[in-house]
Amino acid sequence: MTLQECYAAIGGDFEGVKGRLPSEKFIQKYVLKFLDDGSYDLLVRSMEAGNYEEAFRAAHTIKGVCQNLDFTRLYQSSSQLSEALRNGYSPEAPALAEQVTEDYRQTVTAIRALKESAGA
Amino acid sequence: MNRSILADMLGDEYDILEAENGVEAVAALQKYGMGIGLVLLDIVMPEMDGFGVLTIMNQQGWIEDVPVIMISSESSSAHMERAYNLGITDFISRPFNALVVHRRVINTTLLYAKQKKLVDMVANQIYEKERQSGLMIDILSHIVEFRNGESGQHVLHIRTLTELLLQNLVLKTDRYQISRSDIALISTASALHDIGKISIPGEVLNKPGRLTDAEYEIMKSHSVVGAQMMDNIPVHEDEPLVQVARAICRWHHERWDGRGYPDGLKGDEIPISAQIVALADVYDALTSERCYKKAFPHDTAVQMILDGQCGAFNPLLMECLTDVADQLPEVLSCDSSEAVNRMELRSVAQEMHRHEELSASERTLQLLEHERMKYNFFATMSQEIQFEYTVSPPMVTLNAWGAKRLGIHETVMDPVGNAEALGILSGESLRGLSAALRNTTPAQPVVKFDCLANIGGEERWSKIIARATWSSDEPPQYTGAIGKAIDIHESRMKLDALERMASHDTLTGLLNHASAKKRILERMEEKPDGHYALAIFDLDHFKSANDNYGHIFGDQVLKFLAAKLCESTRGADIAARVGGDEFLLFLEYRGEFEHVISRIFDSLSGCSYENFPISISMGVSRTEIVGTDYDTLFHAADQALYTVKRSGRGTYRFYDESMQKMLSVISPIDESHP
Repeated sequence: MTLQECYAAIGGDFEGVKGRLPSEKFIQKYVLKFLDDGSYDLLVRSMEAGNYEEAFRAAHTIKGVCQNLDFTRLYQSSSQLSEALRNGYSPEAPALAEQVTEDYRQTVTAIRALKESAGA
Repeated sequence: MNRSILADMLGDEYDILEAENGVEAVAALQKYGMGIGLVLLDIVMPEMDGFGVLTIMNQQGWIEDVPVIMISSESSSAHMERAYNLGITDFISRPFNALVVHRRVINTTLLYAKQKKLVDMVANQIYEKERQSGLMIDILSHIVEFRNGESGQHVLHIRTLTELLLQNLVLKTDRYQISRSDIALISTASALHDIGKISIPGEVLNKPGRLTDAEYEIMKSHSVVGAQMMDNIPVHEDEPLVQVARAICRWHHERWDGRGYPDGLKGDEIPISAQIVALADVYDALTSERCYKKAFPHDTAVQMILDGQCGAFNPLLMECLTDVADQLPEVLSCDSSEAVNRMELRSVAQEMHRHEELSASERTLQLLEHERMKYNFFATMSQEIQFEYTVSPPMVTLNAWGAKRLGIHETVMDPVGNAEALGILSGESLRGLSAALRNTTPAQPVVKFDCLANIGGEERWSKIIARATWSSDEPPQYTGAIGKAIDIHESRMKLDALERMASHDTLTGLLNHASAKKRILERMEEKPDGHYALAIFDLDHFKSANDNYGHIFGDQVLKFLAAKLCESTRGADIAARVGGDEFLLFLEYRGEFEHVISRIFDSLSGCSYENFPISISMGVSRTEIVGTDYDTLFHAADQALYTVKRSGRGTYRFYDESMQKMLSVISPIDESHP
């Protein structure tokens, strides 16, 4: 899988990110690094523990990273979630968190595939 | 991850410090100060958000020197406006473009570098100008003094005295509306007070004997002539310095009572500048040698002025003179060139103060950098726990060695109530230390505070020596403290052991009589309305134990009894060995108490130690009967014990008045207790 195919699979804006960041190599480095970022785990743990302040920051961080890397789909769902959590818990938060989980899984699956072909 | 993308983009050209949250960012700013060229700041962060960081940067004035670019996806205009209002230079919204970030960082750093350079240039020029104009005034007034045959110190003295008196005056009253820059101006102008003497013929000016009336009139003209000289200065006649100098020249021989010259002004008709210079002039004239007189010592001169022997002055200025009198000899004996320098530096500082954006010159920064290097070096070498505390932001910074020793971060926010800090010192200790520091004064800022601290997982006694820092405001503000902790565990333990040894009986481990008495008195004082009983008892036939089985056996019997006594008393009771085979027990009781005593008595007697039957006799006195005077209480118990002894031993008795005439077992028989 190429970087471009990966972006297609995760619903990202490959042209946009190429225009902003220095090189494809640079982009790929951080796309792969996304797998190591702990914000998603923190989000899930905080939601379970009912710590919505921490959950807000975690969603916000995911949103920021996705924005930087132009992961448009996950950016949108994490952005909605962070708005829903900005002032603590709100009724729409759990459903939005489901959506983030869904989008995150897709994103991570595609990036893993990219990693495998990059490693091979 | 967002941070590392940014760092990677800027990469090689910059040294990058990363901070995980606002608190770390503030700590880095505190540590490196203007060593930080630019801050890239996010808004949403754990611990302290971006606005929190900006607020502290504003409080500390860092925002003036360290540019901030905010990078955030919070791009609502309310957020942006708030950030700009807090002094950020630029706002970059996510998703950011690598090129844009790079360019803006370069532009901002260049802009600030240029600004710093300009600031330094301006500061240096002001410094140079001040120095030169000061020099010109000095040359001018020295010409006058040279003709006058004076030492050349006079002008410097007048300037120093004028400044000192003015500074004292503004503390006393705002009647004269004197600003800091006015003080600088008047002190500088004071050097010109006698400039008119240039017109006085040499033979009058330097005449050793008394002046004739005509000569005196000529001499007096120097004040008017000096003022005219100032009036006639072309172009600059409206300059404040010239105006002030004119007033000083013309009126520095006026008197408060209106009997001076040339205009006979009275009281506050005389400008305050001239009043002060007149006083300074008289003091310096008295303490210097002149062609017509010897020098008076400092104390005599001050007394003569206060007694009104040398003219009439504003009573407020007399107060000022009294206030500063003690400092005068020292201040005036300073090496004169140094004094000039100091004065110039001070006026530069005042100049800088007027231009608030000129906060520090390159020179000052280098000095600071040097001090910081020195401090860091010694802090690493010393292997001590050192700390710095600032009130705003409330934060403790530890030296690296100390933080490692304690196993906590180098920076701790809000120490009173912070979990990390509470892991080291108890809340009570932290509050106590904090209160002790706040209760210091700028004159006595040092606090020594002993407490238990958790150091490397071990509770150890530590002595904290700290110096509170006070601002130079009026009144001074408490701004924080610096200090270190010294481990005093070993010596403290030794002291505790010694105290224990001194207060306890070595054989039985019970208290000795002296310390028991002390504790009993404390107990009764704490709660004077309680009911207390004092029991004294001894072993029956103890002498036979010693005689039959030897002293070592006797000692063991005493130990055995002491152990039984400990078993049968409660924690609050006080048990002691009075001496020999006599013991004492002090207890508080409520209501019925006879069964308490009988229970204790039963548990002590009726058993035996290695076939030696333990039997005791006990006398008990109560505060209800005899009051709380210790000696009376003790004596009464003693008499009750004597009664038991006489009536056949092996039981206990309570003191009552019938025993008053009894002899005592323990107390010596003396005249006062027949």
